[in-house]
Amino acid sequence: MSSIRGSRGAEMTMTTDQNTPAPALDIDALSVSFATDGGTLHALKDVSFSVPKGRITGIVGESGCGKSTLINAILGLLADNGEVTGGAIRLGESADITKLTPRQMRDLRGLQISTVFQDPMGALNPVLSVGKQMRDIQYRSNLSKREKDARSVEMLRQVRIPDPEKRLTQYPHEFSGGMKQRVAIAMALMMRPQLLIADEPTTALDATLEVATIELLKELQQEIGCAVLFISHHLGVIAELCDDMIVMYAGEVVEQGSVRQIFRNPSHPYTRALLDCDPARLHERVKHLPTIPGTLPDLRNRPKGCVFQARCALAKPECGQPVTSVEVTPGHIARCIRTNEVTA
Amino acid sequence: MFAYAMRRLGLGATIILVAMMILFSMIYLIPGDPASVALGPRATPEMIAELRSRMGLDDPVLVQFWNFVSSAVQGNLGVEALSGRPVLTVVMEQLPFTLAMVLCSITWAVLLGIPLGCIAAVKRGGFVDRVIGVLSVAVIAVPSFVVAIYALLLFAVHLKWLPAIGAGESGNLKSQLMALILPSLAVGLGWIGYIARLVRASMLETLEAGHIRTARAFGLPERWIIYNYALRIAILPTVTLLGVGIGHMLSSSVFAEIVFARPGIGKLVYEAISTRNYPLVTGAVLVTTAFFVLVNVLADLVIGLLDPRVRASFN
Ligand SMILES: Nc1ncnc2c1ncn2[C@@H]1O[C@H](COP(=O)(O)OP(=O)(O)OP(=O)(O)O)[C@@H](O)[C@H]1O
Ligand code: SF4
Ligand SMILES: [Mg+2]
Repeated sequence: MSSIRGSRGAEMTMTTDQNTPAPALDIDALSVSFATDGGTLHALKDVSFSVPKGRITGIVGESGCGKSTLINAILGLLADNGEVTGGAIRLGESADITKLTPRQMRDLRGLQISTVFQDPMGALNPVLSVGKQMRDIQYRSNLSKREKDARSVEMLRQVRIPDPEKRLTQYPHEFSGGMKQRVAIAMALMMRPQLLIADEPTTALDATLEVATIELLKELQQEIGCAVLFISHHLGVIAELCDDMIVMYAGEVVEQGSVRQIFRNPSHPYTRALLDCDPARLHERVKHLPTIPGTLPDLRNRPKGCVFQARCALAKPECGQPVTSVEVTPGHIARCIRTNEVTA
Repeated sequence: MFAYAMRRLGLGATIILVAMMILFSMIYLIPGDPASVALGPRATPEMIAELRSRMGLDDPVLVQFWNFVSSAVQGNLGVEALSGRPVLTVVMEQLPFTLAMVLCSITWAVLLGIPLGCIAAVKRGGFVDRVIGVLSVAVIAVPSFVVAIYALLLFAVHLKWLPAIGAGESGNLKSQLMALILPSLAVGLGWIGYIARLVRASMLETLEAGHIRTARAFGLPERWIIYNYALRIAILPTVTLLGVGIGHMLSSSVFAEIVFARPGIGKLVYEAISTRNYPLVTGAVLVTTAFFVLVNVLADLVIGLLDPRVRASFN
């Protein structure tokens, strides 16, 4: 087991090998902050990980840990008061996309990176027909209106929406929640993106629909071969759907590895707390992450050492010093100085 | 959509009926006998009694009300007290002048208010937003008769660009349009401010919505998102406001027609009141009310066309 420098942990394990192809998404020491009335809020700090081509990576972390901020940074859609203050985001073979102009960034969205958002009720425009919205997102293609509609019908059929021709003329309020989410998935995959980002796409659905949606997503992902970054509060869904996972806490990646590695051998005290709180772990259908005692640190005044120290049962004085990441097994990394003792 | 339209029209008809009831009770309750007013001080009691029975004033109240409503529905609003001409004819002669002015005021308000509101929302917090904000509040705060008088002094008297009074030469469209500019500006100026504020607020709310984030995540151009995706929703409260605003503009037309010495309903009502020509007042108010109700039904229909959720809620 070797200690490596924190911010480059992911890259060491996944991208430096000359023979492996570049990952679909590579995030390297990304930091994002927001200007607020109370000072600068450091929402992401030194976030590094990659999503290999054709694989599904899950992200878990409690509310406010920076999941949406991460997605918005990847999409180039940070709020006006937000700023990437360091690090790089690479998409496939591309150079750092945080350096792109807004126009260049827009060219990637919907074409190379697609997104499915959490709220199926609000994700579609209520006053435009589904057909019009599906046609509009194909605005770059020079197909005729009729050909675009045919593409839309084909996509709706793929996500198993019955009677798709008629459905195109309908408005979002005429669809059920689960159907709307399938329409959103159809739209996101229509352009066959390299990377699909799903921000809690099933949280608003009931358990049966959730399973169906997850299965559909997995099936389409395999067919299209895109990489997926999947955010969820639901550990069971992550276990079911994902190949790799990232555990985030207060804007930092505290543990990453394959789903199997992390569930078998949770190595960061935060991950352990999450799994311990949830004895049923994968089996019980809980929508929210289990709660652990204490609250997130103030992101305007991040603690000097480990971000988790205020809530960590194993904290000791050294945790107040800058911490480094520890490789538990190849590809499995935890940012905790006591990793070895925890896993022992 | 059909069910929705029928309901709106039914509601409109009900409102007009209620308006008629109110008007009728006002005539009924006004002190003084219409027959003796019509005949003047030298009428004999026999003449008055004769006219009273001819006017149906001796019938029971409900019969009188029914006669009032049924003749109004047939377009018979009675005859004017002074000249004896049918009230409807007199009102309809004046109506086009007022409608032209109100329409022109709305055009000002919409053509300037909506883009200003959009720009303010897109540049929120910036210099342009603040300038638009201050201007909007200013034009809302200044009473329209003040605008009318200063506009008159500046553009008509001082610069001599536009005519000061009248409705322009009849048959000469250009001169009629020129004569419309100042009065409609006076009536519509405040509404530019109202609409700019309202569009800004609803635009900001709409731009926060999840579906706008979706549209951005698909890389749609920002202009497209603002004008095709957001404005279609953000415009809805403005359509409703305009329906109500028409009523306000109709009442502002009274002063505008007096200040600019224009013909029109406002001036007609003003003169009818000062000469106690009550049938004319009633007729003009009834026609104006009907027009106001019609415009609001129309506004509701436009909302139904723009918003499928509204249509659906009526099926
Ligand atoms: N525009 C903003 N201005 C200021 N602070 C912000 C802004 N957006 C997010 N934040 C802060 O950044 C932190 C991370 O927020 P983010 O929305 O990314 O969390 P999240 O993990 O997506 O939470 P949730 O699970 O509730 O969606 C939070 O502390 C939040 O308050
Ligand atoms: S570094 Fe220290 S405080 Fe942080 S998680 Fe590990 S033991 Fe707990
Ligand atoms: Mg979020």
